[in-house]
Amino acid sequence: MNNLILMPVLWPLLTGIILIFCVKQVRVQKAISFLSSMIAIMISAAVVYVVKQEGMVTLAMGSWEAPFGIIIAADMLASLLVLTTSIIAAAVLVYSFKGIGTERERYYYYAVFQFLIVGVNGAFLTGDVFNLFVFFEVMLMASYVLLVLGGTKIQLRESLKYIIVNVISSAFFVIGVAYLYAVTGTLNMAQLSERVAAVNQPGILSVIAICFLVVFGLKAAIFPFFFWLPGSYHAPPIPVIAIFGALLTKVGVYSIFRTYTLIFHHDQAFTHMILGTLSLLTIVVGVIGAIAYWDVKKIIIYNIVIAVGVILYGVSLMNEEAIAGSLLYLIHDMLIKAALFLLIGIMIRVSGTSDLRKMGGLMKQYPYLAWTFFIAAISLAGIPPFSGFAGKLLILKGTVYAESYVGLGIILLSSLMVLYSVFKIFIHGFWGTVNRDYVPKQVSISGLFIPAVVLVVIAVLYGVGTEEVYPFISQAVQTILDPEIYINAVLKE
Amino acid sequence: MEIVMAVVIGVLFMCATYLILSKSILRIIVGTGLLSHGAHLLILTMGGLKQGAVPLLSEKAASYVDPLPQALILTAIVISFGVTAFLLVLAYRAYQELGTDDMECLKGNDTHE
Repeated sequence: MNNLILMPVLWPLLTGIILIFCVKQVRVQKAISFLSSMIAIMISAAVVYVVKQEGMVTLAMGSWEAPFGIIIAADMLASLLVLTTSIIAAAVLVYSFKGIGTERERYYYYAVFQFLIVGVNGAFLTGDVFNLFVFFEVMLMASYVLLVLGGTKIQLRESLKYIIVNVISSAFFVIGVAYLYAVTGTLNMAQLSERVAAVNQPGILSVIAICFLVVFGLKAAIFPFFFWLPGSYHAPPIPVIAIFGALLTKVGVYSIFRTYTLIFHHDQAFTHMILGTLSLLTIVVGVIGAIAYWDVKKIIIYNIVIAVGVILYGVSLMNEEAIAGSLLYLIHDMLIKAALFLLIGIMIRVSGTSDLRKMGGLMKQYPYLAWTFFIAAISLAGIPPFSGFAGKLLILKGTVYAESYVGLGIILLSSLMVLYSVFKIFIHGFWGTVNRDYVPKQVSISGLFIPAVVLVVIAVLYGVGTEEVYPFISQAVQTILDPEIYINAVLKE
Repeated sequence: MEIVMAVVIGVLFMCATYLILSKSILRIIVGTGLLSHGAHLLILTMGGLKQGAVPLLSEKAASYVDPLPQALILTAIVISFGVTAFLLVLAYRAYQELGTDDMECLKGNDTHE
C-alpha cells in the first residue's frame, strides 16, 4: 500500500485540468506545464527509489482487495518506463514552447499533452487487463486530438486512417478481454498468471494470446500491422511526432512485454515463435523503409519500426540476457528516438525542407547541431560506449544462448543498415555544399536545441553509466522472469 | 440462448467487416460502430447468460448474473460512443477540407500532398 505510485497518473491529470482553465493565457500555460513536468520527474524518480528499496509496490484502488478491485502495480519495469516517460515529456514540452506555434497552443495543446501522459503512465502502472484497455483509450483519445490539432489537409487525411485503425484494434482488445474473462474468470493480471499456469495454457489460451498480439502489435507497429505508422506519423508537427514515436509505440511494446512474460508464457514453442518471426520480419521491413526514403522524417519513422522489432525479438527469446537487453534497449530507444526527432525538427526548421536531396551544407552554420546529431546517430546504431550498445550486445548474447543464428544475423545486419540510414542524413544534410536555389535561413535555434541536447546527454550518460543502471535493470528482469514475485506482491499482501 | 447470441454476434461482425471494407468514410464509421456493438454483446455473452435475476442483491440470493461484464460493457460503450462521435465530426471536417469521402482519393503519397 503506497499512494505515491498513483501520483504519476494523477499529477498530469490534475495539471491537464488546470491548463484547460487558462487556455487563452499561453504564458501561464507554459509556466504551469513546465513546473508540473519537473515535479513529475521528481515523483517518478521517487517511485523508482521506493521500488528499488522495498521491491514491488502495489495499491488497491478504493481499498478493494486484490482480485476484486483494480490494482495499480509498480514493479521495476513499470517504474523505469514511467521515469523515462516523464523525462521525455519534459524535454518535448520545452521544445514545444518554440516549436509548436501559438495557434495550437491556444487550442488546448498543453492540456491534451498532459492527458496523453496520463494514459501512457496509467498503461505502464496498471495491474488489470481491462484497466489497461481504459488507459489505452485515454492515451489514444489524446493522441487523436494531438494528431488532428491544426487541421491541415494532410493531418485530416492521415488522422482518419489512424483513428479507424485504432478503433478496430480497440474492438479486438474488447473481444480479447471477453474471451479471456470467459476462459479464466478474472482480469487481474496476477490472478490470470496464476490461473493460466494452473491449467498449463491449453490451445484456447494460446489463441487469446495471439489475439492480444494483434491488438498490441497494431499499437507497436510490428510486421503486418505497421502499415498505418509511416503515413500517420509523417503528418503532425515535430514535437507531436517526437512524443508519439518515443512513447505510443512503446506502450504497445510494453504490453506485449508484460502479457507475454507474465501471463502467456507456457506455450513458447507456439506463441513466442510467432512473436519472434514477426519481429524479425518487422526488422527487415523497417530496414527497407529506412534506407529507401530521402525524407528525414520517414527515415527516422522507419527506424522506430526497426527498434520495435529488435526489442520484441529479445522478448520472444525469454532468457535472462535477452530480456535484460530488451529492457535496456527499450529505454535507450525511447530517449534517443525523441532526441533524433527533435534534432531533425531543427534541421527541417533551418533548411525549410524535409527532403534530403534539397538540404546540405548545414555544418558551416550549425556545427553544434551537426555534432549532436552525430552522437545521437551513432548511439542509435549502438556503437560503444554509447547507449544502444549494451542492450544490443545482451540481446545478441541471448540469441546465441537460444541458438537462433538467423536472428543474430538479421539484428547485426540491421545495425549496419541503421548506421547507413542515419549517416545518410548526416552526409546529405550537414556535409556538401548549399544547394543553389535555396539559402539556409539564419534562425535562432537555441530554444529548440537545448531540450534535444539534454536528451542526448541523458542518453549518453545512460550508455556510459550502464554499470550503474544495471542493478535497476536486473531487479526488473528478476520480476519479469519469475512471475511468482509479481503474483505474491499483488495477491498475498 | 448462448447459441443465438453467438449467431447474432457473428452476423454483426460479418456486416461490420463488409462495411469497413467499403470506400465511403460514412460506411466505414457505421462498420466500426457495428463492430463495437458485436464486441460488447460478446462480453455480455462470455460472462454467462443467466435468466431472471439481477446482479447480487443479498448474500443468500438463489441466482444472480455476474455483474462484472455489465460494468465492463458500460465502460466500453461510453468509450466507443465518444470515439464514434469524434470520428463523425472529423469525417465531416475532412469532407469539407478535402472535398471527398472516397478512401481511394485519400491515399496520399510524397508527391501529392
